[in-house]
Amino acid sequence: MPDQLLFAMEVTLNGLMAGVLYALVALGFVLIFKASGIFNYAQGVMALFAAATLVGIMEGQVPFSHLINAIFGGEVTHFGWHVPALAAIVLTVLVMVLLAWLVQKLVMQHLVNQEPIILFMATIGLAYFLEGVSDLMWGSEIKTLNVGLPQGLNETIDQITYDAFGYGFFIDNLDIVATVIAGLLVVALMLFSQYTKQGRALRAVADDHQAALSVGISLNFIWVLVWSLAGFVALVAGIMWGAKSGVQFSLSLIALKALPVLMLGGFTSIPGAIVGGLIIGVGEKLFEFLLGPALGGATENWFAYVLALLFLVFRPQGLFGEKIIERV
Amino acid sequence: MKDMSEGYVTEDGRKIGGVVMEMKNITLRFGGVVAIQDISFDIREGEIRAIIGPNGAGKSSMLNVISGFYVPSEGEVWYKGEKRPPMRPYQVAQQGIARTFQNIALFEGMSVLDNVMTGRLTQMKSSIFSQALWKGRAEAEEVANREVAEKVIDFLEIQHIRKTPVGRLPYGLKKRVELARALAAEPTILLLDEPMAGMNVEEKEDMCRFILDVNDEFGTTIALIEHDMGVVMDLSDRVVVMDYGKKIGDGSPDEVRNNKEVIDAYLGVAHD
Ligand SMILES: Nc1ncnc2c1ncn2[C@@H]1O[C@H](COP(=O)(O)OP(=O)(O)O)[C@@H](O)[C@H]1O
Ligand SMILES: [Mg+2]
Repeated sequence: MPDQLLFAMEVTLNGLMAGVLYALVALGFVLIFKASGIFNYAQGVMALFAAATLVGIMEGQVPFSHLINAIFGGEVTHFGWHVPALAAIVLTVLVMVLLAWLVQKLVMQHLVNQEPIILFMATIGLAYFLEGVSDLMWGSEIKTLNVGLPQGLNETIDQITYDAFGYGFFIDNLDIVATVIAGLLVVALMLFSQYTKQGRALRAVADDHQAALSVGISLNFIWVLVWSLAGFVALVAGIMWGAKSGVQFSLSLIALKALPVLMLGGFTSIPGAIVGGLIIGVGEKLFEFLLGPALGGATENWFAYVLALLFLVFRPQGLFGEKIIERV
Repeated sequence: MKDMSEGYVTEDGRKIGGVVMEMKNITLRFGGVVAIQDISFDIREGEIRAIIGPNGAGKSSMLNVISGFYVPSEGEVWYKGEKRPPMRPYQVAQQGIARTFQNIALFEGMSVLDNVMTGRLTQMKSSIFSQALWKGRAEAEEVANREVAEKVIDFLEIQHIRKTPVGRLPYGLKKRVELARALAAEPTILLLDEPMAGMNVEEKEDMCRFILDVNDEFGTTIALIEHDMGVVMDLSDRVVVMDYGKKIGDGSPDEVRNNKEVIDAYLGVAHD
C-alpha cells in the first residue's frame, strides 16, 4: 500500500478519536436544548469545572482555600488525604447534580417563557460565573488529572498494522478508552430515555410542555434532570480532555468546537451530535493532512467553522433535522 | 328541587354519587378582561357534567382553572371535600384529574402507544435508582402499565395505529389518542375541552359513544365543554351555561333548554 494512503488511514483513526470528544460536548448541549430550548453556552465551562472539582477532591484540596486564607490569615490548602479516583468521581457527580439544581432553582426557574436570546444570555453569564467559581474553589493553575486511564502507544495495534502493512499505526490507548466510554455513555443514555419512567417523561417534555404538564410531569424536575445529565456528560468529557492535556482553561474552549458539530448534526438529535462530532474530528485532521501544507498549516483552527458555514448555507436543518418548510 | 346531597339515580339507571369537586365563587381576570365572573357549580361522582356557551364565554378558562393551568383571581376550588391549595398543573394531574385540550396537545414525535403510556406516569412509583437496581420490579410495573395502556387502546379502537407516530395522524384520530392518554391515567375526573370540535358527523358520533361508554363502563366522572347544544343534550346529566364569563344557567338538559336567558344567549350570538 502506498505510504500516503497509510498515513491518511492513521490520521482518520486519530480524527475519529478526537471526534468522540467533540461529540460528547455536543451531546451535553443537545440534552439541554431538547428539553428546554436553552442553548447552554456554559457546557464547556461545566466540563472545566467538573474536571477541576475531580482533581481537587482526589488531591484533598480545601475548596476556596485562597479565599479562606485571605480572610482568616491561615495557610491551609490541603486536608492531607487522597481520595481514590472512583470515589472522587462519584462525589463529583453529586457536585454536578447540586450545580444543576442550583442553576434551575436560582436562574432558569425565573426565566421560564422568556425569549431564547434571554436564556442564552443567562447561560453566558453562568459560564463566566462558573469559571470564576472554579478558579476560586480550586485555583486557576494547570492541573494534571490522572484517574488511572491507560495512556501511550497501543502496542497491539502498532504490531498488527506493522505486520499487515509494514507500517505501525500510532494510536493512543487513552483515545481508545475514551471512545469505548463515550460509546457506553451514549448507549446508556439511549436506554435511559427509552425504558425508564424518567426517560419517557424527558422525551415528553422535549416534545410538548403543555401536554407534559397535563400528564403530571414536573417541568422543574425534568430540567434539573437534564442539567444533571449534561453535567455528567461534561464530567466525562472533562476527564478525557483533562487526562490528555491537563485541566486548564482551554478545556472550556472545546465548547466552541461543539457549535459546528451541532450545525452539522442538528441541535436536537443525539445521533446527530455523535455523527457530527466524528465528521468534524476526522474532517479537520484529514484536511490538515491533505491540504494543510499547501494552505500554510493550522487549518484545524478554522476548518470546522467553514464546514459548518457551508452546511448553514446548503442544509440549514443539519444532517438529521427535518427539512424546514416555511408555513405561509 | 329534590335533595341531591347523597346523589341520585339517572333516568337510564346510573347511580350518581356525592359532590367530588366544587367551584366556589371563581373569578378570573386577564388584565382588564374578566374571563370568569363569580361562578359557582359542582361536579358529582359518576356524572357527565357539561359546560356550554358561545365562543369566548370563558369555558376553556374554567377548565384551565380546574386543571391548575390558570390560577383564579378569586374563589376556591374544593376537591374530595377539601379546599385545594394553589397547585401547579402537574400536581393537579397527580391528584387524579386528567384532561384534553381544545387545540390538542400530544407528543407528536412519539408513537400512539408511547403517548398513551405517558398517561400512566402518574401511576408509576419506582424512582430512577430502584429502576436501575431492581430491574425486575421496574419491569413488572412497566408490564402492568402496558396492560392498562393496551386496554385503553383497544377500548377506543385505535389498535391499528398503535405504532404510528402521532404527528402523522389525521385530526379526528389525534383527538381520540388524546382521550386515550387521559383515560390511561385512570382519572377520578376527566376533563374534555371540545372533544368533538372540528370533526365530521361520523367522527362525532364515535366520540359521543366513547364518552358514554367510558362513563358507563369505568364510572369515570366527566366534565366536558361543548358549544353544540344538540350534542350536549344527548350526553350530559347536568349542564352549566356560561355567557360573557357569567353563569346563566345550571341544571338538567331540559331545565337549561327552557331557560329564557339561555335561549337569548344562543339566539343572540352567532356560532362558528
Ligand atoms: N391566557 C389568556 N390571556 C388573556 N386572555 C385570555 C386567556 N385565556 C382566555 N382569555 C380570554 O378569556 C375569555 C374567555 O376565553 P375562553 O375561556 O377561551 O372562552 P371559550 O373557551 O368559552 O371560548 C376570552 O375573552 C379570551 O380572550
Ligand atoms: Mg374554548
